[in-house]
Amino acid sequence: MTLQKDSWGTRVGLILAMAGNAVGLGNFLRFPVQAINNGGGAFIIPYLVCFLLMGIPLLWVEWSTGRFGGKHGHHSTPFILDNMDPKRAFWKYFGVFGIFTNVAVAAYYCYIESWTMSYVMHSIMGTFRGMSQSETADFFRSYVDVQHSTTGIPFEAIIFYILCLLLNTWILSRGLKGVEKAASIGMPLLILFGVFLAIRGVTLGTSGATEAHPNANALDGLNFLWTPQYDSLTNPKVWLAAAGQIFFTLSLGMGSIQCYASYVRSKDDIALNAVSAGFMNEFVEVVLGSCIVIPIAAGFLGIDWVKENAGFGMAFQTMPYLFQNWGPMIATVAGVMWFGLLFFAGITSSLAMGTPWMGFMRDEFKFSQKKGAWTFGAVVLAMGLPTVIFYNEGVFDEYDYWAGTVSLVVFALAESILFAWIFGMDKGWKEINQGGDIKVPLIYRFVIKYITPLLLLAVFIGSVFTPAGNNWNEAIQSLFSGNGWPLDNSSLIKMLTNAGLKEQLAAASDEQVISTLKTKIFYTNVARLLLLSLFVGISILVYIAYQKRQKRKHQQA
Amino acid sequence: MNTSALIMMITTMTVVISITAYFFYKVLTIPPRPEPDSFSENDEEPR
Repeated sequence: MTLQKDSWGTRVGLILAMAGNAVGLGNFLRFPVQAINNGGGAFIIPYLVCFLLMGIPLLWVEWSTGRFGGKHGHHSTPFILDNMDPKRAFWKYFGVFGIFTNVAVAAYYCYIESWTMSYVMHSIMGTFRGMSQSETADFFRSYVDVQHSTTGIPFEAIIFYILCLLLNTWILSRGLKGVEKAASIGMPLLILFGVFLAIRGVTLGTSGATEAHPNANALDGLNFLWTPQYDSLTNPKVWLAAAGQIFFTLSLGMGSIQCYASYVRSKDDIALNAVSAGFMNEFVEVVLGSCIVIPIAAGFLGIDWVKENAGFGMAFQTMPYLFQNWGPMIATVAGVMWFGLLFFAGITSSLAMGTPWMGFMRDEFKFSQKKGAWTFGAVVLAMGLPTVIFYNEGVFDEYDYWAGTVSLVVFALAESILFAWIFGMDKGWKEINQGGDIKVPLIYRFVIKYITPLLLLAVFIGSVFTPAGNNWNEAIQSLFSGNGWPLDNSSLIKMLTNAGLKEQLAAASDEQVISTLKTKIFYTNVARLLLLSLFVGISILVYIAYQKRQKRKHQQA
Repeated sequence: MNTSALIMMITTMTVVISITAYFFYKVLTIPPRPEPDSFSENDEEPR
């Protein structure tokens, strides 16, 4: 077994890479929408509470777990977890989540990343010039339909996807140095572009009002986003949404933080590094993320439009149209900055997703850096092409739900229990503080042991038993009045049975709608089968690696 | 903007910016550990 084969160049590089891992498209698109849907300014209170009680503690847990694994020559979660509790064999298979999630998420995440690459090109080419709002939205729809081409290049969406994946793979093949360099260039540029767009957003005022939208005012967007509705603080839905947002924004439960931290030596700090990277993510999310999409959209289309349409689609279907209002020159610059910013947010995250696979294959199968990177690229391509080709059939969404949502919560819950209750807080606390440049407040010993696992359990239970309409108060009343717990179609239980699609199918009478829904159910099941195959495949690799280790042990004995 | 939204926004942003800046300042100013450390750029010989 070899130790410390790869290394970070500088401490700042490591923090930028970790922050880049956390900063993703959700910082700019998910956070403001979550805030609007959950009490505006009051959302920030549960959000910051969850950051302190779940985000920061989990960052310390993942960083220290990773560094502990690296000390023993492990750079991926299967054998890091195994090493934390050698008595129980199942942990290494739980650790499979830490590779599986990264590969599966990279498969569809690189697709979004490829949209941003393509939209940078289209912004430079002036494709959106003169397009109406609906034409801009239609452009996106035709882009994701692989049969259409917006540039004349056949299968454009697939070509861009492959180009994006090639770029990721090439950077990964250069090892941690490549990842660090990409983060050192990408993160400052992302912040620069973000600051430019945020200033435009905040200072837009009523200058974007038109005859069609005479009451448009960017400040209405900020008002809507930041006005506290304190009654929402007693709603469990808001707390679960805040916990979920913190969880996803920090890239917790993926296994990539452990991998990055496994290259840090025991005597070096992780306590300060972890909070620095965590707060950098918060800066991008809270400060920049809240000042771009919502105020700019409200500044041109009015707050009523934002209330009805706030969502992920705004990034690609609305923003290019809005930028045109600034004239051709600034529209091009703003388009390049906006999609460039999203691209850097995306690539610094997708690169992190490649490192656990590479670390595992190198540790267990002696793969070189290049071989590790290219095999990762090949697996991601095989898993990702269905998300590109069958995007409209729901494969993309299925990956996002099972790999990008459920797996993260399951894994984080398991690792927090392992760390606090099985590995033990005595050893765990020592690991967190070893070499620390800051003294972690003692209260966090209690938080990590009790509060963080409980919060994670609440998030998990909340996603398994999401009540109808996400209305917890009504569901609790219904339960106590003997009418049972009405489940929402977005709950894990209903998702598992395709209840939502089946309901739509039962209500449909149009032949074409019925056929579309049947196709969607078919591809949904295909996507699940693919994800299951990937999980089983990685588990087999872990089993083979374990057998090899056992054999080596016997030979040495 | 109404007063409560303005207070909430400015308070939150100030807190987040200040803490981020404080931690980053600490990272930049704390002297590096003696070799061998986790970082290769300050090594005399490349790894």
